[in-house]
Amino acid sequence: MSVRPKMKELSLEERKAGFDEVEKGLARHQALPEASRCLFCHEAPCVTGCIAGIDVVGFIRRLKTRNFIGAARLAREANVFSAVCARVCPSEEQCEKPCSSTNLAEPIAISALHRFITDEELKRGIRPQKAGAPTGKKVSIIGAGPAGLTCAHELGRLGHEVTVFEAEDAPGGLMIHGIPRYRLPREIVSAEIEYALSPGVKMRTGVSVGKDISFDGVRKDSDAVFIGIGLGYRSELNTPGHDLPGVLQAGEFLRMAALGDVPELSGTVAVIGGGNVAMDAACSAVRAGASEVIVLYRRREEDMPAWEREREFAKKEGVKFQCLTVPQKFIEKDGRLTAIECVSTKLGKLDSSGRPRPEVIPGSEHTIDVDTVILATGQAPWPELSSVFGGIRLSSSGTIEVDPETLATSVEGIFAGGDAVNRGQTVVQAVADGKLAAKSINDLLS
Amino acid sequence: MVDLSLEFCGVKFPNPFTLAAAPTTDSAEMIARAFEAGWGGAILKTTSVETEVVELVYPMMSGIDLEDKKLMGLQNIDLISERHIDEVEKDVKTLKKEFPDKVVAASIMGAKKEDWQQLVRRLEAAGVDLIECSFSCPHGMPERGMGSTIGQDPELTERTARWVKEAATRVPIVIKLTPQIADITSAAAAVKRSGADGVCAINTLKSMIGVDLDTFIPYPNVGGYSTYGGYSGPAIKPVTLRCVAEIAKSVDIPIAAVGGISTWSDAVEFLLLGATNIQLCTAVMHNGFRIIEDLIDGLSVYLEEKGMNSVKELVGKALPYIVDHSKLSRDYQVVSSVNRETCIKCDVCYIACMDGAHQAIELDENRLPVIDEDKCKGCGMCETVCPVEECITLKPRES
Repeated sequence: MSVRPKMKELSLEERKAGFDEVEKGLARHQALPEASRCLFCHEAPCVTGCIAGIDVVGFIRRLKTRNFIGAARLAREANVFSAVCARVCPSEEQCEKPCSSTNLAEPIAISALHRFITDEELKRGIRPQKAGAPTGKKVSIIGAGPAGLTCAHELGRLGHEVTVFEAEDAPGGLMIHGIPRYRLPREIVSAEIEYALSPGVKMRTGVSVGKDISFDGVRKDSDAVFIGIGLGYRSELNTPGHDLPGVLQAGEFLRMAALGDVPELSGTVAVIGGGNVAMDAACSAVRAGASEVIVLYRRREEDMPAWEREREFAKKEGVKFQCLTVPQKFIEKDGRLTAIECVSTKLGKLDSSGRPRPEVIPGSEHTIDVDTVILATGQAPWPELSSVFGGIRLSSSGTIEVDPETLATSVEGIFAGGDAVNRGQTVVQAVADGKLAAKSINDLLS
Repeated sequence: MVDLSLEFCGVKFPNPFTLAAAPTTDSAEMIARAFEAGWGGAILKTTSVETEVVELVYPMMSGIDLEDKKLMGLQNIDLISERHIDEVEKDVKTLKKEFPDKVVAASIMGAKKEDWQQLVRRLEAAGVDLIECSFSCPHGMPERGMGSTIGQDPELTERTARWVKEAATRVPIVIKLTPQIADITSAAAAVKRSGADGVCAINTLKSMIGVDLDTFIPYPNVGGYSTYGGYSGPAIKPVTLRCVAEIAKSVDIPIAAVGGISTWSDAVEFLLLGATNIQLCTAVMHNGFRIIEDLIDGLSVYLEEKGMNSVKELVGKALPYIVDHSKLSRDYQVVSSVNRETCIKCDVCYIACMDGAHQAIELDENRLPVIDEDKCKGCGMCETVCPVEECITLKPRES
């Protein structure tokens, strides 16, 4: 039995030297034996495990017979952002988790195989899609992230006239402005955005609905609207001193890094938070010149929302985790951040999230000397949601409320999906939402 | 969109992929599912007249694995269908009504002239598109003077094929050949002389799949005894390729290829060697009717990448490159070359050359293989064992 292959990676020195992609994909002589290890289960559990609905076992069968392009097209048919998801999906929790081969040895390296076929496809160029026969119906998409672009693509192929409005200067959402390039190179995202727009989708960048044009205008001009505007960047942490120079918001920091304009850092950088964004910020800080990066988290490492693979990735790059620690105050000297005053915590009873509640240990105050702090304690829904999209019902946490079966909002003809609805999940969830919304919109319009 | 349709013996198949006469085609229900999945044609499991007694034994299927890979080869001691011509007639009618665009064929086997002719007449009346005649089953049936007993004798082959052809008024007759004959082209030529329309190459190879080390009883163990069977699956593909090529180069007759075909690329090889119909069985028994998706998609993408519009463009393209051994150039010289960047230093090439070839590989201080070009004959053994694709290549020797 051959064993699950590992992709080649950059060395630690190469990783720290810049934002080049760390994982290099599988070689053909790794991918083919791995595909041949697949059992090709009937009613394959991997397919059920993929929320975008990729026929995993189907693409592995095609790969195994060296029909790489056929394999890639099959995956792409289900997922417009096939190559992106092959890199950023938490596959160990999704398609690979129920893999039957786990009972023989290890799960099939589905993500790596998926990436292999998309690499082959990208070498050759993605075959664009044509717009469907015109239906005469107009759909407006607000937000050009993975949810909005997927929705636009599907509707364009069905013949609807689709316009996407994006406040930023470039489409892509967090795929362009959030996920670090060392995990997701820009040229891959760009190729897939071009594909997403290929069935006649109109893209209007630099247009903020609610500022540059009114939502009512957009709505009047469309037969249906999809909102996929993601979350806002601001962290919710209001620790004293959070507005000092040297205290950065993870969203802003990652955005600059993603645009190739990372702030130069030095000395010790503390990242506050335990999610994937915190891991991205920490590893980007390593690349930005920090000599030491510490992640401060109020619970234990195993309680972190960050995926295990992201935590291991960060640790491999020398990021230290200081858990059970909460910052109380950011301390300045001569107007410059110099330290964080922290307290230690112990874990108490389970809270509403099902995790133990951190309780401050009295008398545990201590300081950590730092040069920079990056706040990564979570993103929040855009506070302007209700005022811009007047009439839309929001949940108690400020996200857009939708019917989970259709993604319809409380207002007829308006649909929503992605992070703005689910408060920050995955690219693949956004893709799945985009597909579902497109289906609902098409049902409504036909 | 490329055109996958292909004519075989005057019958138009929507695509060349056809289910061979086998357990996968032993009912209209199974074939209907296969047609829905995308198969272009199916040959119902071999049948005979009502008086021909068929008693099967179980277990009848045994496999041979290549280490951890299941089913490099499959042996069966199955016989023809237990369902006689009366039931097959019904299946043909049902299937032709439900799937008028698919090719519904039958396979027959008879003990005497009257049986063969009766089978043909009844199937024609039932509306079958093509009739295949098994002159080639290597086990069980030859004990009754049927199956490969006929196919191994060109005279018997010609005479029997003539009977069948005489009875047919409408549908083409295809004779399924056995590879267990000194010269398969003599059998194909006999079919040609008989006036029958085509050949199908090849039936299974007579085999013994293995012996139980504890009981000493060969597989499959049928109540304490075993027997010889028919061997199929990927392991026999090279034998089939050879048979198809030999026939295509010497007899002008349409050829259906069967025996070891599992993938679209296998199919392409057979098309290139002159086959115009592609039959599968073992791969379907292993992985189901659904493999048709991969076969069709793989073949379509291949043709598209080659800039071809129709599968017809492939037929026979490899045949001009096959010559007698004596005609091969003695001046063509190659030498092995190792890509030191992609080499994983397993040294498998080293040992294969040392003990199986010309002692032309040495290992340097980093365990990287170094070819001694004076000793290397370019035999290709190192390239054959190397686990890394395109790491070892044979390059023309610079003179």
